[in-house]
Amino acid sequence: MSREVHAQIEDGGGAAAPVARLRNVSLYYGRARALDEVTIDIPANCMAGLIGPDGVGKSSLLALVAGARAVQTGLVEVLGGDMADARHRRGVGPRIAYMPQGLGRNLYPTLTVFENLDFFGRLFGHDGGERARRIEALTWATGLKPFLDRAAGKLSGGMKQKLGLCCALIHDPDLLILDEPTTGVDPLSRRQFWELIAGIRRSRPGMSVLVATAYMEEAARFDWLAAMDNGRVLASDTPEGLLHSTGAESLEAAFIRLLPEDKRRDYRAVEIPPRPEDDGDTAIEARDLTMRFGEFTAVDHVNLRVPRGEIFGFLGSNGCGKTTTMKMLTGLLPPSEGRAWLFGQEVDPHDLATRRRVGYMSQSFSLYTELTVRQNLELHARLFHVPAAEVSGRVDEMVERFDLAAVSDSLPGRLPLGHRQRLSLAVAMIHKPEMLILDEPTSGVDPVARDAFWRRLVELSRRDGVTIFISTHFMNEAERCDRISLMHAGRVLVTDTPANIVQQRGAETLEEAFVAHLEEASGEGEGGEEQTASLDTVNASAGHGEPQGWRRMFDPRRMISHARREGLELRRDPIRLTLALLGSVILMFVMGYGISLDVEDLTFAVLDRDQTTVSRDYTLNLSGSRYFVERPPITDYADLDRRMREGDISLAIEIPPGFARDIARGRRVETGAWIDGAMPTRGETVRGYVQGIHAHWLATKAREAGYGEALAGLVNIETRFRYNPDVKSLVAMVPAVIPLLLMLIPAMLAALSVVREKELGSITNFYVTPTTRLEFLLGKQFPYVVLSFLSFLLLTLLAVTVFGVPLKGSFLTLAVGALLYIGAATAVGLLISTFMRSQIAAIFGTAVLTILPAANFSGMIDPVSSLEGMGRLIGEVYPTTHFLTIARGTFSKALNFSDLHGAFLPLALAVPVLIGLSAALLKKQER
Amino acid sequence: MRLANICHLGVKELRSLVRDPIMLVLIVYAFTVSVYTAATAMPETLNKAPIAVVNEDRSPLSWRIVSAFYPPYFVLPEVIEQAEMDARMDAGLDTFALDIPPNFQRDLLAGQRPTVQLNVDATRMSQAFTGSGYIQTIVTDEVRAFAQRYREVPELPVDLALRMRFNPQLNKSWFGAIMQVINNVTMLSIVLTGAALIREREHGTVEHLLVMPVTPFEIMSSKVWAMALVVLAATAFALTAVVQGWLSVPIEGSLALFLVGTALHLFATTSMGIFLGTVARSMPQFALLLMLVLLPLQMLSGGSTPRESMPEAVQYIMLAAPNTHFVMLAQAILYRSAGLATVWPQFLAIAVIGSTLFALALTRFRRTLSTMA
Repeated sequence: MSREVHAQIEDGGGAAAPVARLRNVSLYYGRARALDEVTIDIPANCMAGLIGPDGVGKSSLLALVAGARAVQTGLVEVLGGDMADARHRRGVGPRIAYMPQGLGRNLYPTLTVFENLDFFGRLFGHDGGERARRIEALTWATGLKPFLDRAAGKLSGGMKQKLGLCCALIHDPDLLILDEPTTGVDPLSRRQFWELIAGIRRSRPGMSVLVATAYMEEAARFDWLAAMDNGRVLASDTPEGLLHSTGAESLEAAFIRLLPEDKRRDYRAVEIPPRPEDDGDTAIEARDLTMRFGEFTAVDHVNLRVPRGEIFGFLGSNGCGKTTTMKMLTGLLPPSEGRAWLFGQEVDPHDLATRRRVGYMSQSFSLYTELTVRQNLELHARLFHVPAAEVSGRVDEMVERFDLAAVSDSLPGRLPLGHRQRLSLAVAMIHKPEMLILDEPTSGVDPVARDAFWRRLVELSRRDGVTIFISTHFMNEAERCDRISLMHAGRVLVTDTPANIVQQRGAETLEEAFVAHLEEASGEGEGGEEQTASLDTVNASAGHGEPQGWRRMFDPRRMISHARREGLELRRDPIRLTLALLGSVILMFVMGYGISLDVEDLTFAVLDRDQTTVSRDYTLNLSGSRYFVERPPITDYADLDRRMREGDISLAIEIPPGFARDIARGRRVETGAWIDGAMPTRGETVRGYVQGIHAHWLATKAREAGYGEALAGLVNIETRFRYNPDVKSLVAMVPAVIPLLLMLIPAMLAALSVVREKELGSITNFYVTPTTRLEFLLGKQFPYVVLSFLSFLLLTLLAVTVFGVPLKGSFLTLAVGALLYIGAATAVGLLISTFMRSQIAAIFGTAVLTILPAANFSGMIDPVSSLEGMGRLIGEVYPTTHFLTIARGTFSKALNFSDLHGAFLPLALAVPVLIGLSAALLKKQER
Repeated sequence: MRLANICHLGVKELRSLVRDPIMLVLIVYAFTVSVYTAATAMPETLNKAPIAVVNEDRSPLSWRIVSAFYPPYFVLPEVIEQAEMDARMDAGLDTFALDIPPNFQRDLLAGQRPTVQLNVDATRMSQAFTGSGYIQTIVTDEVRAFAQRYREVPELPVDLALRMRFNPQLNKSWFGAIMQVINNVTMLSIVLTGAALIREREHGTVEHLLVMPVTPFEIMSSKVWAMALVVLAATAFALTAVVQGWLSVPIEGSLALFLVGTALHLFATTSMGIFLGTVARSMPQFALLLMLVLLPLQMLSGGSTPRESMPEAVQYIMLAAPNTHFVMLAQAILYRSAGLATVWPQFLAIAVIGSTLFALALTRFRRTLSTMA
């Protein structure tokens, strides 16, 4: 096989060395094999394509070539070097652009189009003018220019793909790797997309493009194709060569012929029997359905009528309102205007009975990635009340029908897009609904599976009378529909049978008719020529690749561009900003006033068995003090026991019978005190108070009895409470609360920064750009340090003004300490963030790993030197301990740097240690 | 409403949790090691209090006083020079510094009532008070015992017999262990439900639920029962294996009754988690909100400092928090072995608070569901 490939490339006029060489490359995810001894040369300076069914290893191969995934076995050489070699990867990183699969996976949804592009521009070191010029040209060419200020998350699917491409192109890569870039993109945009790439290639003929695609008509225009199946390369050649060698007429047919016998066996072309006569029963009806989001009208007076059993296609450009219309029909979105009926019943979000008759599949994958394929199916079967006895049979049926048997115990998140789509479909159909509303169900599904799916749809419609409302971007699918609607900018342009639409426009194909309709509706007839012309000028003026003088290991400019982006995301989220600042303030009030170690108003009651003036005097002595509040007297031991159990009293005093008499006679007597020890600190305080008051009473009595002098004591102990002469909790607590808050909030802020990118997918940008780990981490840390330092200033101001705790020592010392400490706190968050795999775990982990050590082990209440065991060890090294010393020192003890330098050293050490650990844990490639 | 739906959706929640091994490790950590560390780290009322003595007298009596301080209450005192004292206290090395003046013993025997100076770092509130009391007693006792050898010292006829109930040694680890369990119960239940809801929103699975024949009530109830069950199991394990077993804390009352109380408390906190999940729009917002809610709940519920010492307004406000009642009932049941007859008001309060929170969360959940899709 490999010799064949070689021969073909040499024959194919590939004069240049291949852009990528793979030798015996295998890749495993756990025990599942994604690539099996792949050996192939991918030619340079041309459009190379990978075609093949879902899950055969196309994406894995691309990720390996891009350097996003680590090489396991075999040799991957890209641009003349080994991709297993980190130094080579760093070197070629700027020359490779990689756009992963999925709509807008590598974008930052809260950033605008401009900011997304700007970030990538900065990452590759373009100066301001250069960036502006490139962004101008790219957005103009892709039609994104009017949307520069729109948040990326609010773009339609096609626009997201275009933006993703712009971001990939901004640094003039030598190798452009696109993983199913046009999946889910409408035909017009798709055409523009390829024109754009053609334009770029004209101006930069040296650029190699490697694309995986599910669209065979796109693949037909590539220079070189490799057909893959089951982790292997079946054949590679020019499209003509493939057609020739298989003797097929279309690439789609050629591809099917290339498949191994067992996969081909089941394949049959889709045949659509004519629909039986319309029985006049209406399944879907919409009248003047309108949806407005603020000023923007997404859907504008849409009228539809779909009879029962019809396959109704819904076509239109990305963002034209198809999905919104479907959501209104399913009751997910209440319409702003107009009404809709399903089976004659008005759509009502609370009508569960109608929901059971409808199967809906949304555009984005929305199943549980934590459940296996089978578990997902079972859950949905049960929720749709499939009788318990039938569940397992129904699940088996779906698994078989959608060819999911091989993956039935896998987690959907690890599956290729095509398999996920099949699962979504299976889920939508598991309860045998009378109507299916399918939003681009076949996007990203391979041709064979798509045809199998359509055969099933046809069967459902014709045999079972299921009504099917489907949106699609595939023209051959649209042609199979009984009727289609073309939608643009919220309006339905035309509704008719596909044949009639083609005829009316006088077009040759449906795609032509479709594009003509769209161009007419949007009033633009611009061609690609003009656009790409402007691109040429940009690219000609641009320098290429990595700018001169940029350091590879650590460059502050790249760090700053990461910091800028993280900061922008933070600024886009005013709620988070407010929570971080205001939250600290609120917590300071809560803790400053709430945590009090002054124990007062303790409840007590007396069991007085003496009932004399002396015993009452003893009681009065207690109730007269400000520490105790007296409750009704205790009647007997049972009462004492009950009231202590209820927590009604914290102290019970028993005065024995004959108390007064015995004192008068000088006989020893004993009063009893029971203290509630359930809360030890309080018990301890009560004990101290009782002893003190008892002694005081005795001293008074003794003086009255005339031997006071002797009792006054042999020694005088003069106690000086220093730093906090009134022994007020507030003065002690406020300087301690600042370190606590500056640990918890900054750590929590930083804790999600990395894991969030991991969970949402934009971490790929870190994998494939020349950013180093340190640049990435420090860049992310920076905005949180700034925010937290603001918070520190605010808290200090509050402490001095509102709480009236004077700052006696050097503010500068405190501020420098705080800066170091915040650095450590955010680094703790980053460390947790790089270690965790899910955001939930990061939140919980941060809470567990910061609250307890900072509040209990760092000397806020008990000094570290008094702690025991593991807590003591944690306390010794935990940063809060050291900043607490600095905060108390400067606030209460009037100290400055020379007195406190001992506490600075551990803090200064903590930052590099923590960041270094994070960098060690952070992976530069997916494994 | 269908019980089957609630059941199936709940099982789904449990399965999701099992898929996150790090989360499971964290849960185990929170209910074992974390509880153990918190309980054992807490010093006994006065433990190893750092003390230094400036012994200017260097007489038998002053040495006798120095040697009267020893662990576990105090560290063995450092004997220092007067000049060092301030610097050491500034650096936080000593909480107490005792200054015994020159000629102390001579003056004492001459009946001149010499003065000993005790310096206390009053920023260390927990040691300052109790510690200075201990030191005064120790110094007085030593002096008295020393003086008694030379002359008659009168004594008083009334003794005070102090008995600590429920925790005779005032062992702080008893208290610390249970409070750490309680804190983790609250934290985990809020995180699990709230973050799980936001996770569903961020992954678009909420939309999916909405087109299915399930009601918001069913979705929410399923999260509540599933996550509450996880935390309840963890609590039962922590109390029996860690608190009773590893730490050998004697639990006097009925564990079953306490677990019933925990279940009620979880009903309230999981509802609170859902509520926070509907308020926060993204995980980072939720994380901050969590801190903002969790800290006051932990600090002001009476679990870390006594309720009596909080300002009155705070005491009243905190009656609206389930934690306050939970801490009360935990102390009553576990330490004072109170029965339902005693703690029913707390049960009632938590049930009312829980139902209110559940209703609130459900209303918000219904209202925000359409914006989540």
